[in-house]
Amino acid sequence: MDPQELREIAEDERQNSKPTRVRCCVAEGCLAAGSGAVKASLDDSVAAQGLGDAVEVRPVGCLGLCSKGPLVRVDPDDTLYGGVTSDDAPAILSEAQGHATDLTKVDTSHPFFAKQLPIATENSGMVDPERIESYIAEGGYESLFHVLREMSPADAVGEMTRSGLRGRGGAGFPVGLKWATVAKMRSERKYVVCNADEGDPGAFMDRSIMESDPHRILEGMAIAAYAVGANVGYIYVRGEYPLAIQRLRLAIRQANRAGLLGTHIFESPFDFRVDIRVGAGAFVCGEETALLASIEGKRGSPRPRPPYPAESGLWGYPTLINNVETLANVPTIVRKGAEWFASIGTDKSKGTKVFSLTGQIENTGVIEVPMGTSLRVIVEEMGGGAPNGCRVKAVQTGGSSGGCIPAGALDTPVDYESLAALGSMMGSGGMVVLDDQTSMPDLARFFMEFNVDESCGKCVPCRAGTVQLQRMLSRFAAGEAREGDLPKLEDLCDLLRNASLCGLGQNAPNPVFSTLRHFRDEYEAGIARAPKAEAAG
Amino acid sequence: MAVVTLTINDHLVSAEDHQTLLDAAKAADAPLPTLCQLDGVSDVAACRLCLVEIDGSPKLQPACMTPVAEGLSVRTDTQRLRDYRRMIVELLFAERNHVCAVCVLNGHCELQDLAIEVGIDHVRYEYLHPHVGVDVSHAQFGIDDNRCVLCTRCVRVCEEVEGAATRDVMGRGTNCRIISDLNVPWGQADSCTSCGKCVMACPTGALFTQGATTAEMEKDRSKLSYIVRAREEHQWVR
Amino acid sequence: MGKIRVATEWFAGCAGCHMSLLDLGEWLFELAKVVDIVYSPIADVKEYPEGVDVALVEGAVSTDEQVAKARLIRERTGVLIAFGDCAVTANVPGMRNALGKKEVVLERAFLDLVDSQPQIPSDPALPVLLDRVVPLHDIVDVDIHLPGCPPPAARIQAVLEQLVAGEEPRLVGRELLKFG
Repeated sequence: MDPQELREIAEDERQNSKPTRVRCCVAEGCLAAGSGAVKASLDDSVAAQGLGDAVEVRPVGCLGLCSKGPLVRVDPDDTLYGGVTSDDAPAILSEAQGHATDLTKVDTSHPFFAKQLPIATENSGMVDPERIESYIAEGGYESLFHVLREMSPADAVGEMTRSGLRGRGGAGFPVGLKWATVAKMRSERKYVVCNADEGDPGAFMDRSIMESDPHRILEGMAIAAYAVGANVGYIYVRGEYPLAIQRLRLAIRQANRAGLLGTHIFESPFDFRVDIRVGAGAFVCGEETALLASIEGKRGSPRPRPPYPAESGLWGYPTLINNVETLANVPTIVRKGAEWFASIGTDKSKGTKVFSLTGQIENTGVIEVPMGTSLRVIVEEMGGGAPNGCRVKAVQTGGSSGGCIPAGALDTPVDYESLAALGSMMGSGGMVVLDDQTSMPDLARFFMEFNVDESCGKCVPCRAGTVQLQRMLSRFAAGEAREGDLPKLEDLCDLLRNASLCGLGQNAPNPVFSTLRHFRDEYEAGIARAPKAEAAG
Repeated sequence: MAVVTLTINDHLVSAEDHQTLLDAAKAADAPLPTLCQLDGVSDVAACRLCLVEIDGSPKLQPACMTPVAEGLSVRTDTQRLRDYRRMIVELLFAERNHVCAVCVLNGHCELQDLAIEVGIDHVRYEYLHPHVGVDVSHAQFGIDDNRCVLCTRCVRVCEEVEGAATRDVMGRGTNCRIISDLNVPWGQADSCTSCGKCVMACPTGALFTQGATTAEMEKDRSKLSYIVRAREEHQWVR
Repeated sequence: MGKIRVATEWFAGCAGCHMSLLDLGEWLFELAKVVDIVYSPIADVKEYPEGVDVALVEGAVSTDEQVAKARLIRERTGVLIAFGDCAVTANVPGMRNALGKKEVVLERAFLDLVDSQPQIPSDPALPVLLDRVVPLHDIVDVDIHLPGCPPPAARIQAVLEQLVAGEEPRLVGRELLKFG
């Protein structure tokens, strides 16, 4: 592959594009709602009406508003249809031909769409995730070419540093610093690992990116590999994401065949091979040392750090680990420049963040907003607030490791520091909205139950402590807690936070801490009065 | 080899640079409680009993896996660490069915000793009383999940000292079990050499010699230390 | 100053702790100079009296009757001592918890393991089993935990001596604090 060929592919793809494009979402959410049949029906209708030259039905990734799926979006008028059935196909096509029908449309000027700024998801819902040409037509792999041709590895690292990009997996570690550390390690071998073991309850952003735009992740990994001096990459995807795995596999095959992965990429001396490792359903394998153990074929349990993977990772070699969304930002940062990226967001949190908006909220789906957008904008304006006349009580961010932010703090801007200051965390981007019917001790119990199931069992505080916390929380939720249970609960949470081996155990008490902080009265109400002795006897 | 100087509980001590804080603390007469640590096999920092405070670091570090370093200032016995240790041992007692009164190792058990050391007069957590089994399919030995603390000493000694790798951990969280081969009864585990090192390594009554009754068993670790020492100091007999 | 009013009680246990108390032997005569045994399974007293200073409660809590009694004892007692491993940890009686709830336990004890005329006793006069056997501190607040199966006589003596001397008993070290 050389740049000329790349441009030719892009040009051909644009030439072959039809005047009218009917984009039908075939990501998992819409597929589950029946978009497979919708797509087939649209194809049939195009053929039946003889519109093959004028209309293209394009299978695309996530169109965002998952709660209204199956979604179909038609260009060039940019009309969005929600809740489409296969019977609607002829009507959609006749509207595309300019004939009005009574099909209901989704208002794309609604804040849900208008307030978004897609970077990591810029191609989601635009490109056909199963065709590399579709990605190339949108400028795909040009960033990789640019980096290989125009930049030294140190330049590439510098670009990330200047962009201010921070890890999107949860902790927000500066990406440039991580890349620089791995780049500086002297080693005959290095690895790049994409952490796609998205496991937080209520999080599905990474899945959406993988299903919608898999080549973007490969391009980000290749750029990262060049920058740090790695030649082999692994994508560790959870086994519960079969469609993402299938599309990533296809994308790797396509990229290998096109010479965009493999040896002498773009006729440079740079080689990079990518393999997929499928997780077996353990949440803890999202923790980086457990993830590495799992790739090595061992039991997925964490080990103490240091040494950090940047120093001693896969099979003891320096390893760069970034998550899906982090890597998905990389090609665009290279294309548009670090300064452009750094101009978005807040002082310390640059760029955008992808959230999966879910829970008791009108509009659920995947959104990408600039860092610093307030929770109120996200939840009330974009999300449309709680349904059925309920009020929003709190927002849970960061999944089972995160915390609750009460409705009173909805004006908080979404950035790493502000969320942490409220006792929650950015996390990977799951945002679960809770309405006023929610019992907070019961919510904490739910997340603790998740941790009980997902603890690897290696260290005592997490293994034997989460199960005790879950039982105590059940008692608070049922109004059966005893006098003295509250300090006992807090002490045990403190033990887990400070004495557990890995992040799973250390963060397991976060939902308890944050609900205690903002909703302590609900815990106090869960304490039963001590029963008195009945009769003398 | 170099020697470093560090501070343990306000006392200056010297240590060889390959040593861990656990070694240094022991040499400095400030021994730490341990459970998963066993001389001669790799460390895993799983029991969290040897956590120490290091000045200037917000995180507690496991002494067994933290190398000594010049100028470190370490605290091994603060009230906070004592509280944590007691909670950890209590959690272990609540997790499985540790009925000392009817245990083969009563009086010689490391978990029982730890309870005394950290001052447990009662367990504040709910006893889970899980329904777990006893496997006596092996001709000489038995494994009793009721007494297991999942320290994985048996797993490591089997793989690293005996080289058989019969043992491993199955399952997750509190449902973890120590298994033989691919979860077959011990007696049917082809890889087992019946060397008994796992029994010697086990801190509790979870691994035992058949025929021993309540309080009758003692874990003889001398053979294990003999092998480990021979290996480490190359005392091979030709 | 009047004598210290001491009571002893015995729930789900084997009486071994009471035997160990009797093992105090001649020291019991010393003890009798400063305490009165006002209630005990080995004394003929029908009702747990008011104003007990110290109660030694042996055994785990396994029936509704014991729950009620434990609460009564708590209400009428100054210093409540969980006496021995069964009271402190549920110990051997607690081993039935691993089987399941009370129905499973009753079936196992009265149907599965009985050869002739197996039946689950149903006389209304019988106390009702709890689903789970629990240590005493799960039901009421306990002031002193005196572990051991049984606690050796010397350990019981050490605790009583400290109480009689008006001190708050401290149990430290192998001699005073070992389970089993």
